[in-house]
Amino acid sequence: MNPFIEIITQPDNIAIVIMVIMVSFYMVWAFQQAFQNDRLLAAGLPVDGENDRFIDTFKPLVRIELLIALVVMVGLTVWSILVDAPLEEIANPTLTPNPAKAPWYFLGLQELLVYFDPWLAGVVLPSLIVVGLLAIPYIDINPKGNGYYTFAERKWSIIIFSFGFFVLWLLLIVIGVFFRGPGWLWYWPWQEWDHSRVVFEPTRDLTALIGIESRSLPGFIIGAIVVGSYMVGGMIAPYLYWKKNNPELLTQLGMIRYVTIIFLFITMMSIPIKMVLRLVFLIKYVWITPWFSV
Amino acid sequence: MKSLPEITDKVKKNLIWKSVFRRDYRNTVRDRAQAVFGNVFLHLHPVQVRESAVKLRFTWGMGGITLFAFIILVITGVVLMFYYHPSIDQAYTDIKDLEFQVPFGVILRNLHRWGAHFMVIVVMIHMFRVFMTGSYKAPRQFNWGVGVILLVLTFLLSFTGYLTPWDQLGFWAITVGTNMGAATPLLGYQGPFSEYLHITPYNDVRFALLGGAQVGGNALLRSYIWHCVAIPLVATILMMVHFWRVRKDGGISKPQK
Ligand code: HEM
Repeated sequence: MNPFIEIITQPDNIAIVIMVIMVSFYMVWAFQQAFQNDRLLAAGLPVDGENDRFIDTFKPLVRIELLIALVVMVGLTVWSILVDAPLEEIANPTLTPNPAKAPWYFLGLQELLVYFDPWLAGVVLPSLIVVGLLAIPYIDINPKGNGYYTFAERKWSIIIFSFGFFVLWLLLIVIGVFFRGPGWLWYWPWQEWDHSRVVFEPTRDLTALIGIESRSLPGFIIGAIVVGSYMVGGMIAPYLYWKKNNPELLTQLGMIRYVTIIFLFITMMSIPIKMVLRLVFLIKYVWITPWFSV
Repeated sequence: MKSLPEITDKVKKNLIWKSVFRRDYRNTVRDRAQAVFGNVFLHLHPVQVRESAVKLRFTWGMGGITLFAFIILVITGVVLMFYYHPSIDQAYTDIKDLEFQVPFGVILRNLHRWGAHFMVIVVMIHMFRVFMTGSYKAPRQFNWGVGVILLVLTFLLSFTGYLTPWDQLGFWAITVGTNMGAATPLLGYQGPFSEYLHITPYNDVRFALLGGAQVGGNALLRSYIWHCVAIPLVATILMMVHFWRVRKDGGISKPQK
């Protein structure tokens, strides 16, 4: 069989195909409603749902809930009749599959292991994702766009959230499921997996670019300066920019909120930055310390 | 021969019928309200709702779909428990039996597996919907937080279920996943700074998760209990809080300008 068809029709991967279809559908629907409301807002008209009247729950709502439940039940039943859940060989601790993949919804995190050490990719970044999600209502102080779809009124929060959700979370899952083969090497879905393939990618550390050994003291100091200036500079630069161009925003945010937002943001942006460093410049570590490496 | 209305009439005047359904439904304002608050399941709803809260285009029914997926999983999960022993000698063969011996065992297992994938998908889409309508803004900040915890619990429910068939897929997925625990700063034996706390493979986070230094019988039992008892219990309680708060925060969010 064509390897592409094979990989997308593997029983567990069908779920990922369904996810991609559903997510795309709802993404389009959300943004379409957002732009539609934006046009109404621009024209000074009420948005969708603003002048609602009340209706009885029974039966309109109860009816639609029942219908949805039926559709879901029928869908899951058909899915379960057509596709059988696989059962692999019995667990064997001495036989490591290659690749050994985490459950699909964690494959984005597993993908991060290419770019970060496990303590960052597997512990710190996932914890910060949860913390960041919990923080959203408290750091987004824009009162607009509450209770209706809109893009124009909350551009930045939607752009940042969408980047995290669609690119860093969902796209990395899709890559992990369909594009990673033995040795976590990149395979196009139409490529046959080759278990004997080894790719020797000479990676180096950042300081090697200027001829300094990354594990030496000068290498350590330079690495510390680079990472430190990313963090500190990243914290200060927006402050200076807003101070000049939008001082009111800074007063509204206050210090705690400002620090939280910017810290979460620069941590999030360190992921694509580290990806580019690794994929384009073949750089593995920026800073090596005796305890950890970044 | 009695006519149909006569039979219905007889049934409805019956003592048992009247004890279950307290009054007739007559499509009046009063009865439509009574239908909601007189029913323990329906009274999750307010008696009246705003028109667009009922329209599919606003919520996509996604939170309700998540709940429904959860209910399907609880039902199929309980039935599966009748056929399953959480021990490494029996777990795998129990699943094989489900495939070859138990009537409708294959469908049962399929429903549970695909239902689990489905719930993970729809809970993420529900979060996306809530974000896009700005429904986490005041006064719903706290309920968004409850939701985030429910999202994590949904992942953990699925993750702990992975190991239960005791096949290669689950074994190695759990191995990969729990190895991350070993990398925890301070508390995992491979994590930074852990040497200062005298952390070894035998007293670190990973050990606590697995009940051992390797994925074995204890890990199977632990994941089983997390999967079938502990996490569903916590998730159920949090869902109660979540739904209660949807009501107390004023129902489905409406345009506030
Ligand atoms: C097991 C998981 C969950 C279940 C069963 C669930 C269920 C529901 C239901 C039934 C509603 C009513 C409206 C609707 O259907 O959209 C709702 C609303 C809400 N959910 Fe969830 N939810 C879950 C997870 C989440 C997550 C992950 C979040 C966000 C991170 C979240 C945040 C909210 C908020 C803020 C509302 C109020 C929305 C509004 O008023 O428009 N929930 N949820």
